Amino acid sequence: MKTQAGILSGRLQKAPENFLDREGIRKVIAESQTGRRTFMRHAFAAAAAGAAAPLALSQGNPVPVEGGDPYILNLPEHATALGQGVATDGYGKPSKFEANVQRRQSPGLTQTTQASVSFAPLQSLFGIVTPSGLHFERHHQGWWDIDPSKHRFMVNGMVKEPKVFTMDEIMRLPSVSRFHFIECGANTAVEWGNVAVPTVQYTHGMISCSEFTGVPLITLLEIAGADLKNAKFILAEGGDGSSMTRTIPMSLITSGEVLVAYGQNGEMLRPENGYPLRLVVPGVQGVSWVKYLRRIEVGDKPYAAKDEAVHYMDLMPDGTHRQYTNIQECKSVVTTPSGGQVLLDQGFYNITGLAWSGRGKVKKVDVSVDGGRNWRQARLETPVLSKALTRFNIDWVWDGQPAIIQSRATDDTGFVQPTYQQLRAARGTRSIYHNNAIQSWLVQQNGEVKNVQVS
Amino acid sequence: MSKCRNGWLAIVLMATATAALAQSTVYQGVGRLATAKEVAAWDIDVRPDFKGLPVGSGSVEKGQEVWEVKCASCHGVFGESNEVFSPLVGGTTADDVKTGRVAALLRPDYPGRTTMMKVATVSTLWDYINRAMPWTAPKSLKPDEVYAVTAYLLNLAYVVPDDFTLSDKNIAEVQQRMPNRNGMQTRHALWPDKAFNGTIKPDTANVACMKDCVPEANVASMLPDYARNAHGNLADQNRLIGQQKGADTARPERKGLAGALGVVTTNAAAKPTAKPADPALALLNKHNCTACHAQDRKVVGPSFNDIAKKYPSKTDYLMGKIKAGGTGLWGTVVMPAQSAPDTDIKTMANWLAMGAAK
Repeated sequence: MKTQAGILSGRLQKAPENFLDREGIRKVIAESQTGRRTFMRHAFAAAAAGAAAPLALSQGNPVPVEGGDPYILNLPEHATALGQGVATDGYGKPSKFEANVQRRQSPGLTQTTQASVSFAPLQSLFGIVTPSGLHFERHHQGWWDIDPSKHRFMVNGMVKEPKVFTMDEIMRLPSVSRFHFIECGANTAVEWGNVAVPTVQYTHGMISCSEFTGVPLITLLEIAGADLKNAKFILAEGGDGSSMTRTIPMSLITSGEVLVAYGQNGEMLRPENGYPLRLVVPGVQGVSWVKYLRRIEVGDKPYAAKDEAVHYMDLMPDGTHRQYTNIQECKSVVTTPSGGQVLLDQGFYNITGLAWSGRGKVKKVDVSVDGGRNWRQARLETPVLSKALTRFNIDWVWDGQPAIIQSRATDDTGFVQPTYQQLRAARGTRSIYHNNAIQSWLVQQNGEVKNVQVS
Repeated sequence: MSKCRNGWLAIVLMATATAALAQSTVYQGVGRLATAKEVAAWDIDVRPDFKGLPVGSGSVEKGQEVWEVKCASCHGVFGESNEVFSPLVGGTTADDVKTGRVAALLRPDYPGRTTMMKVATVSTLWDYINRAMPWTAPKSLKPDEVYAVTAYLLNLAYVVPDDFTLSDKNIAEVQQRMPNRNGMQTRHALWPDKAFNGTIKPDTANVACMKDCVPEANVASMLPDYARNAHGNLADQNRLIGQQKGADTARPERKGLAGALGVVTTNAAAKPTAKPADPALALLNKHNCTACHAQDRKVVGPSFNDIAKKYPSKTDYLMGKIKAGGTGLWGTVVMPAQSAPDTDIKTMANWLAMGAAK
């Protein structure tokens, strides 16, 4: 056992602090732009040359020479002694063996932690719900843990009577609980022009899905007597330092979809996610889900707030910017196997991933293992909910040859997730936001999976 | 007897009807009228038509004074710095002021996009500076200071002359000089209703082809080998068990085929539990030191490691420097005097003096 532990501690040694500096980033971009179109062919040749010995399909779980697995033959302490008592930890935590599953910053992406983002570890999550402690974060001016007894919510503007509510009052109103995804408009942004990051955590980790509990905003607007005939927009405003504001489409409010939420996955919102109150705007990019929500203003004109008039705008090839972007279009990604992972051997694998659409339900997901030439329809797991993450799975037997794995989602409007070529033909390569292109993962013959883009 | 029963029924029915009525009309006891004072305290937004803009004015010259004290440490003296945030100024020309379209946005080779290249509405600048700046003390500027800082920013981008005073009276005229005022469009499918010019079809119309859809796929882009470990060791970023493991990117990539790699095991060892973080680290965050300083690289100010190296064991000296602020030792950018409690400053200074171990 000692030898094995020694080998393992070697494999799992702590990563050094190793940031890609500016020069490094330039090199990455330059190299990728000089084109690696022939890479696949070269990779095939190199790998084939290196593989002189014929491959015997090895057994990942072989019978040890002693005639049995010591973990079976020698009863462990947990089977032969007394375990711990109830309420040892008043708020239970994940197993210590799950310490690798963390939300993480992308090195070099931002200069501060207060105006920054952390990415959810999609490669390690199951089903559709993101554990609240792993929910991605995006803060514009740092996060706070606000005393809920002092938090107030105001409705003003085109209303009969401007109103203020305490948390007690909001929580007295009829509540609803709904599963929805929240995706940052800049999710996958760094990949617009070329591959820039190694894993699905960094390519797609600015998405999470929770069960949110709260009050439909329309209820609160009706209490204030909002002029719903003449009002066309609302402004949502946060109570933190940035007091972030966004213009929200009225149709999503009158439909009852937009919630003033306090609950997340059965408990209160986490401070990093807006405790005690945030807006939930299903299908719309995360920047509109204003955290620490303090005010809604009802109005007849849009507001051109900083995060819709300077940021979260798509630069188009004609030099104009698209303002007031909202909907996150249909998108999917395979989370396993995905970039930075290693398949230890050939044989059976369960390809699994996530699909979603800001316009409704996911209708189907197709998966290719040959870079988009042929596709098979994946199994959608229940529940399949509107504007929520949907989990898909499909069987795959890896023959040890290079494979390029992709997924392609179709939503119930009939919209099919685009390729990079289609997206770039419409929006160019400088648009930063709203990248919903089909993702490709190259499974190499050595089992290592790489983030790639295909032509 | 039967009469009595009917009487009960009537009462029950009446009660039900009242409850239904109450629910459909008011949520009694929930919410109260906001006072004018309360609305004024919070309703600070300024729209593009300048609804919400307070009366006031500020000159370019006054703006420069405020800027150098409160803005330059992050944004640079001329709004050009990209050390903390994207640059605010640059990329606009006198011609853009005439046309209302920033020509550099058409150049794919142009290295970046500054705020002044993008923003179409002067109200957006005023509103955001007023609500969120300075970064570590948002909402501390008086309206006249917001006018002044906005004027200075516009002056740096050649939108207004050096002797200009921006006010609620002339801001609409300044709007007509914004370099990218004609650079916005709202006709797109990412807005869900008809508030802007109706609903448009999505940009792309992919088809869910299933067989022989494309010729052979070629890899057009992937990370170069030297970036292998740029995001830290990916082995530490994957669960220890499962159908896959994380690639050990601290080492060069393995040659050969999967399954023939040796060291294949399904028995995972736990990562040693990390030791608890030094309380000084939380304080450095709490007091926003990390806005300008990082552990191991220069941001606006020197790295904690460099400070620790220069002042070993000098807790008292470092306490004094944190409290008083200063300039000249590490560069020209001013470090403002810090008003954190003495006990906090001592913890942080001591941590630095003891080597700034993370």
